[in-house]
Amino acid sequence: MKYFKNMIAVSLALLVLSSASFAGDRVPSPVIPKATSKAKNGGPEGCVEPVSDMRRNHMKYILHQRDETMHKGIRTSRHSFKRCINCHVVKDKKTGKPVNHKDKRHFCNSCHNYAAVKIDCFDCHASTPKPGPAATSSKLNSSNKLVKKVEDQ
Amino acid sequence: MTDKNMNPDNKSRRKFLGATAAVAGAATIAPGVTLLSVAQAKPADQEVSSKNRWGLLIDTSKCATGCKDCVDACFKENSITRTNHPRSEKTDAQWIRKVDLRNKATGHVVSLPMMCQHCEHPPCADVCPTGASFKRADGIVLVDKHICIGCRYCMMACPYKARSFVHEETLTQNENAPRGKGTVESCTLCVHRVDKGGMNPACVDACNANGHKAMVFGDLKDPDSEISKQLKQYSSVAIRADLDLNPGVRYRGI
Repeated sequence: MKYFKNMIAVSLALLVLSSASFAGDRVPSPVIPKATSKAKNGGPEGCVEPVSDMRRNHMKYILHQRDETMHKGIRTSRHSFKRCINCHVVKDKKTGKPVNHKDKRHFCNSCHNYAAVKIDCFDCHASTPKPGPAATSSKLNSSNKLVKKVEDQ
Repeated sequence: MTDKNMNPDNKSRRKFLGATAAVAGAATIAPGVTLLSVAQAKPADQEVSSKNRWGLLIDTSKCATGCKDCVDACFKENSITRTNHPRSEKTDAQWIRKVDLRNKATGHVVSLPMMCQHCEHPPCADVCPTGASFKRADGIVLVDKHICIGCRYCMMACPYKARSFVHEETLTQNENAPRGKGTVESCTLCVHRVDKGGMNPACVDACNANGHKAMVFGDLKDPDSEISKQLKQYSSVAIRADLDLNPGVRYRGI
């Protein structure tokens, strides 16, 4: 009898758990920011390819384009990284400036944080459409140092 | 020249050139520069080819000691920032630098910009263990930072000290010039501009815009290009010609 009671308790617990996982509001899901513009020559949902395709295969498109551009100089914009960044920009509501990849609101982070997939694209690539807020011009003055004084012939 | 001044023959010629440019993917280029652009433009979906070889000719007699317009333009174009490291002038990335050469015997000083010489036989590519250093079909030597492991072997192999290592995290990259910590980098000959067709590297534009006109960029394989004409007309040298690397950057007046 005791064994039977335990069985009921376990099944009840399982039932509660499983029903919880089906209830949408209790399962954390990524909030993916909307793209800023609709691509004219893109897929039916505005992106360069249908959204379902992009969710599964975006990394393949980027990887392919990466080698084409780097080694062959093919600079078509359809699957270019720049185009992703320009369209999927997330702007800070207060400042109006695009947030960079350090910010959890960044488009790529919104899903990659959820999926715990680390990307290193932005170690080198700009994560915002234009150079970041710390403008380079103020630091340019020190390039004086690069004018080497005299190198003997 | 306005349309009124043109005879009908010229007009049709211009129309023809315009149409050719449109086919070649250079439709937005204004009349007047069309002819030059057609010679250099490449449609975005087409591979670069060995029919071109991009090069620079630098006239040191027009290059002033202390002038660093080219250096500033390069840094701005490629968003190269300085660090506050105590020895930053030694360790910070530099894609182009000004070098003053003094002849010990006569005291004569020549100033010149030094950057990646885009060798035909690049030693950096020879020694690269991953294939990250490579020469494009059109002669531009690049680092594929996706596969660069930052070993800096290429920096040791380069006889021109043209390459730099990025020691610090970068946050202010230009969208056209990705660069990041742990990889080696050097002058790309502003490859993003060159691929657009008819555009000079930022250093050349800056040098021209400021009236020095010490730098000429163009296709070494096109006999009608400005650089080929000047190379034919004037004597020029490759730095460290003894190494037989056949660099794409040539100098006059040294």
